[in-house]
Amino acid sequence: MSLDEQVLSYPIPSDAALEPPAEWAELRSKCPVAHVTLPSGDQATLLTRYEDVKRVLADPRFTRQLNAPDAARLSAEGDGVFSSEMAQIIPDGGDEHQHWRRLVGKWFTAKRMAALRPSMEQIAERLIDDMVKCGPPCDLKAGLGFPLPVYVICDMLGVPAADRERFSYWSDALLNLTRYSRAEMEAAQGEFFQYMSDHVATKRAEAGDDVLSELIAAGGPEDGGLTDLQILVTGMALLVAGHETTANMIGKMVSMLLADRSRWERLLADPSLIRTAVEEALRLDANSGFGLPRYLRDETEVSGTVLPRGTTVVCSMAAANRDESVFEGAAEMDLRRSPNAHLAFGVGAHSCLGQALARTELQVVLEVLLRRLPSLELAVPVEELERVEGLAVGGLRTVPVRW
Amino acid sequence: MKVTVDEDKCCGAGQCVLIAPEVFDQREDDGIVILLEHEPGEGRHVAVREAAAVCPGAAIEVTDTE
Repeated sequence: MSLDEQVLSYPIPSDAALEPPAEWAELRSKCPVAHVTLPSGDQATLLTRYEDVKRVLADPRFTRQLNAPDAARLSAEGDGVFSSEMAQIIPDGGDEHQHWRRLVGKWFTAKRMAALRPSMEQIAERLIDDMVKCGPPCDLKAGLGFPLPVYVICDMLGVPAADRERFSYWSDALLNLTRYSRAEMEAAQGEFFQYMSDHVATKRAEAGDDVLSELIAAGGPEDGGLTDLQILVTGMALLVAGHETTANMIGKMVSMLLADRSRWERLLADPSLIRTAVEEALRLDANSGFGLPRYLRDETEVSGTVLPRGTTVVCSMAAANRDESVFEGAAEMDLRRSPNAHLAFGVGAHSCLGQALARTELQVVLEVLLRRLPSLELAVPVEELERVEGLAVGGLRTVPVRW
Repeated sequence: MKVTVDEDKCCGAGQCVLIAPEVFDQREDDGIVILLEHEPGEGRHVAVREAAAVCPGAAIEVTDTE
């Protein structure tokens, strides 16, 4: 049976942790608008071509909120971050969204992120010191990939990094689509809400040098600022977004570069390739997670297929990023690729707010690792790397390395 | 080369500033693009073209002038 006739289960499993499922190429060429069944059992439409994914994500008519009665549910236990009541506190479109985006986005500009470089480098150095004390071998994810972005986002939000175990649990509970029961997800969300509510109250009483204090200082809606509830939910969203995403990407990026060690050696010989190498790792990440769902409030046409109003679409940026009609040698890792207009951070008005932060962190980690541990290599055959299952954001369980 | 930017399309991703900081900056108060050079010198054309190609908001337009 061809892909046109069957209904695929989504997400599509892959045999190898760093490689895409074979179905992607076939979907792009033969069935770019595919029917899929989500973990909830609901039907959705999967898009895998670059132009289609880009157009749907950039179209302001389509919402990221899946709260309409006929929207597909992602998982049977609720949709975590995608349909929670909290997600509705942050404006979804139009002028209100742009206002929110600009108020928060100003704290994530390229220049501000560049100013954080020295402190990121220090954190990376310190974490690598600890890795060197207890290894080799060592799990690069636990030792470096996970803690670094967490320290950075905690610092930006003025929350104590000592509470990071709790943040990790709450993030996981919000982002994992299959691991937790509805009751567990709701309890985690409630605890997290209370924690952030107390934190915002503390900042209101005594401002610190952090993004939440700045958002409070901007005043309420009457002064052009955000409501208390919006500040609180923004804090939660930033903390979650700053956790699993880059944390997992560090491990995946290093694994991709070490899977064929000539890549690592090319970077050692020419560190000026770090910027484009990071972009290429983002493009080629075959395990980037669920993709981005969109609910169509209006009928639209994609690759010649009419999608009726009320359709839930899943945009696979990772599949789109391997579209041969856009990227020459799409399956090859080209550390010099430029321009590299991949869709790893989405596109348009809702593209990742923290992308300059993520890019800076990935570049800094790579720079410091190349300098400190030039002999780095995977401590297991690449075939033994295992994916974390169920996360909205994909990752590897562990990244065993030696040097 | 002539460069124009569309502030309404800009989503403040900062890619242009990371790639061509001599030509692009972001406003302090909302992160929106500032065009520093409308007609950048030849040495910057490659970077400007890259910035335009990867802009997630498609907010940068480059026109060639002879």
